[in-house]
Parts: sequence; C-alpha cells; structure tokens
Amino acid sequence: MSKNDRIFFEGSAAYDRGRKLKQAVFFNLFRAAAAINGMALLTIIYFMVANGWRAISWEFLTQPPMESMTKGGILPCIVGTVCLSFGAIVAALPIGIASAIYINEYARPGKVVRLIRLGINNLAGVPSVVFGLFGLGFFVVILDMGVSIAAGALTLGAMSLPVIIGSTEEALKSVPDTYREASLGLGATKWQTIWRVVLPSALPGILTGAILGISRAAGETAPIMFTGAVFFTPKLPTSIFNEVMALPYHIYVLATAGTEIEKTRHLQYGTAIVLIALVLGMNMLAIFWRARLRKRLK
Amino acid sequence: MNVPAQQEEQMEPEYKMSSENLDFYYGDFKALHSVSMDFKPCEVTALIGPSGCGKSTYLRCLNRMNDLIPISRVEGKVTLDGLDIYAPSLDVVMLRRKVGMVFQKPNPFPKTIFENVAYGLWVNGIKDKAFVQERVEESLKQAAIWDEVKDRLQDTALGLSGGQQQRLCIARALAVKPEVVLMDEPASALDPIATQKIEELIHQLKETYTIIIVTHNMQQAARVSDVTAFFYVGKLIEVGDTDTIFTRPKKKQTEDYITGRFG
Repeated sequence: MSKNDRIFFEGSAAYDRGRKLKQAVFFNLFRAAAAINGMALLTIIYFMVANGWRAISWEFLTQPPMESMTKGGILPCIVGTVCLSFGAIVAALPIGIASAIYINEYARPGKVVRLIRLGINNLAGVPSVVFGLFGLGFFVVILDMGVSIAAGALTLGAMSLPVIIGSTEEALKSVPDTYREASLGLGATKWQTIWRVVLPSALPGILTGAILGISRAAGETAPIMFTGAVFFTPKLPTSIFNEVMALPYHIYVLATAGTEIEKTRHLQYGTAIVLIALVLGMNMLAIFWRARLRKRLK
Repeated sequence: MNVPAQQEEQMEPEYKMSSENLDFYYGDFKALHSVSMDFKPCEVTALIGPSGCGKSTYLRCLNRMNDLIPISRVEGKVTLDGLDIYAPSLDVVMLRRKVGMVFQKPNPFPKTIFENVAYGLWVNGIKDKAFVQERVEESLKQAAIWDEVKDRLQDTALGLSGGQQQRLCIARALAVKPEVVLMDEPASALDPIATQKIEELIHQLKETYTIIIVTHNMQQAARVSDVTAFFYVGKLIEVGDTDTIFTRPKKKQTEDYITGRFG
C-alpha cells in the first residue's frame, strides 16, 4: 500500500462513520414522518369510534332522525350523500376524461394547452365554499334547479374536475407510446388508437383517480350546503330535483346548529364514523377495482 | 409513337419507394441532410450506421411516424409508387396500412394473441369473422410462430417470450397486407436464436414485400439484405449492393465503420 493509498483509507474511516450516521438520521426522520401520517389516521378513527360506537345500530342506519334529531337514525343523510356522490361521478367523469384526452392526445402543445392547464390548476385551488357559492348562483338560481341533488352533484362534480383531469392525464401518460405507434402503424386512426388501445390500458388509473376525487368531494360540506343539502327532511329523494340531507352537512348541523348539541354528541360521532366508513369504502372499492383491471390486462 | 402498352410498362415505377433530398428537423436540429435513395420492390435494404446517425429517423419518415413528434419538420419528397406521401391530400392512415412497421422493442398490445393480430383488420373495417380467423392464422404462419401459439390464441400476448412477441408483432404487421415493411432494429432486444428466426423470416418475406431494416449489427445487414445504405451524422454516405458495400466500399467512412474502426 503506497503512502497515498494509506492516507485515502485512513481519512475515509471517519468520513465513512459520518456519512453512515447522516444516513441513519435522515432515514429515521423520514420514518417518523411516515409514522405521523399513519398515527393521524389511526387517532382520528380511534377518537371517532371511542366516542361514537354507542350510536351505531341497525336503527341508526335505517331510520330518519327523530325528536329534533336527538333520536333516530341518519338514513336520509346516507342516501343523500350516496346520491350526490353518484351524481357527481356521472356529471364529472365524462367531461374530465374528455378534457384529459383532448389535452394529452389531441392538442398540440402550445399557448392554448398552457392556458387550459392554467385554468385547471387554478380550479383545483379554488376554496370549496367558493364552489358552493358558484353552485348556488349558477345551478340553483340561473339554471333554476333549486336546492336539489342535481345542483349539489354538479357543484361537487365541478369541484372534482381538476382531480379527475389530473389523474386521467397521469394515466394516459403512463400508457407507453409504443402502443400508440403500433396501432397507428397498422393504419388505425387516432381515435381508434385512443378508444381501442390507450383507454383500456389507462382505465385502471382513470377509475381510481376519479373515485378518489369523488370520495374527497363526498366529504365536503361547503359545496353542498347552499346547493343540495338541507337541514332536515325525513323523506327520501324520489327525483334528482329533490333536496336531500347529507352526512357532512348533518354533522355540521348537529355540532353547531342543533337545539340540543350536548345530547346529540354521540350521534355526531356516529355520523362521522359512517361518513368515514363510506369514504374509505369507496377508496377500497377503487383500489380493488384497479387491481382487478390490472390483472386482466396482464 | 402509338404503342400505349409499351408506354404503360415504362410508366410502371421501377422503385417501390423513393426519397428525394429529404431533410428532417427536430426543432432547430437538422437530423437528416438531403437524403436521396430508392427502394426496389421485393428487395431488402439495410440501413446501417452508428447511433444517432439518423437511420431510424429516416425509416420513420417513410411511414410518417415522425408526424407524432410535435416539433418535427420534413422537407423534400418521399414517394410510394410514385405518389408523394407528404402531399396534403394524402391519407396518412392509408399510407401506414400500406407501409407497415415493426419496432425495436416488441410491443404487443395488452390483449390476447388473436386480438393482437386481428387488430389491424378490425380497425380497417373488416368484420367477417371467418375471414379474420383465416387471415390471423395465415399471418401467424407467415411469421413462423403459428405452431408455438396455435393452442393458446386466447391467452394474453404479454405471456410470450421476447422473441415470440417480436414475431407476433411481425404477424400483426403482415395481417393488413402491407406492401412495404419497415423494421427498426427488430432483433436488437432478442437472443441469438430468436434473432436467427427473425432473419430467416426476412428471407421468406422479401418474396412478397419490400423490406427496409435498420440494424446495428453489421453481420445481420450482410446476411439479410440485398442493398445496404450507410448513414453518418444525418447524411447518407454510401448506398449500394450489400456485397459491394461490405467488400469494396467506395468511401473511407464506410470502410472505417464496417471494419469496426469506429462507431
């Protein structure tokens, strides 16, 4: 070993200890950050369940609220939230997917596309209460839908559009260009290529993104409080122009505007458990669905 | 003067495809400099040259695959049977049906083996089931893969080996009965045995098709082609009979490349 080699190796021992320590410190920091995330979810769920499990019963899930909402169940809220979410999917999915296809597959990159992207990004940053006011002004008043499932669902849909467009674009980008080239090379038109090759491959990603976007919107209160949800209605909706109760708004009402807030405390937590279960359930469904579609493509 | 039959015979273009002073730009970068070249029917032409020399770019000009690159630009002329393929009136979809392509990496669709081969027929509006069935079988046989897949046509194509996938892609290209087949390093991702199969296949295919193949492998070019063209930094340096190019190249750069002195 020459003198230079020795210097190099002796010098590196301390250096080596240093960089290994550094690595350990940073990895543990990251680990802690990830753990905080998991803990937050667990804490929320624990808190909800500990305070609200007494409220959960068959009656709670199948009956309307009774006696100034201090008794009875939350069936109209569950039905209302399901209707609003479903309506939002129906309204937003086609528009969102179509926009993403246009931006990603058809439009030549340039000013127009940049402008559209800017619009979408800004839409994503608009506070939900502003969407609520927009829904009130546009759907409820100008289009004269009244406070209804239709108006609420369209407002939620508008709010989820940026998420749906974003996730669809990601899904489209993940389809290898070689598929497009192969298809075009066989004399397929651009649309045939998109419809028969690109979309089927991108479908798992599109659907998960869409459902995640909608399930996020399903838990929102602000967009529906002026447009679709009401304080109290024991009837279940029979048309899309009926007003409904909804889980997030019901929690808000019980916790802030009820006549006997203390008495309904366990009902508030119970409703929150149902809402979280519904949202998590939708997410699970999305993940399960994606896994199945992916398997079929393999 | 009055010999129309003879005249018609003379009118028949001698070349299946030609390019005349073809320039190609990626944005400001000029990737091809005035490439002029002719391809005779039922011949195999090999395009060789070091990486980045423009041979793949040139190949992709021949079925306008470069149209997909937004910032690209073409100048000059490319003809198929004497017709300008960059003319505004030309239907690029029809062009690509006539000028098929096999890519460097096997790229079967995530569909069944049958669907992969039938795809080109379906998109071209052929719905007759018996006909499609027949054409799929014929194409798979032509691509020398029928015996390996005939019992599992309904399995996914992604379960095949790399070499099988590439032959499937060739079958897929042949199913629409192209007149010219472009191959972009079709064997570069394959092992020697699969490569040999592809080369044998090219030998058989040239009876029916005009084949233009890009390859990095000079032995391969020597084995499969009738004509060889050497590209260097976006220019066509030399083109001629494969035998001549590999034994008595006229240009020093060609000689240096084929003898392995650079590239």
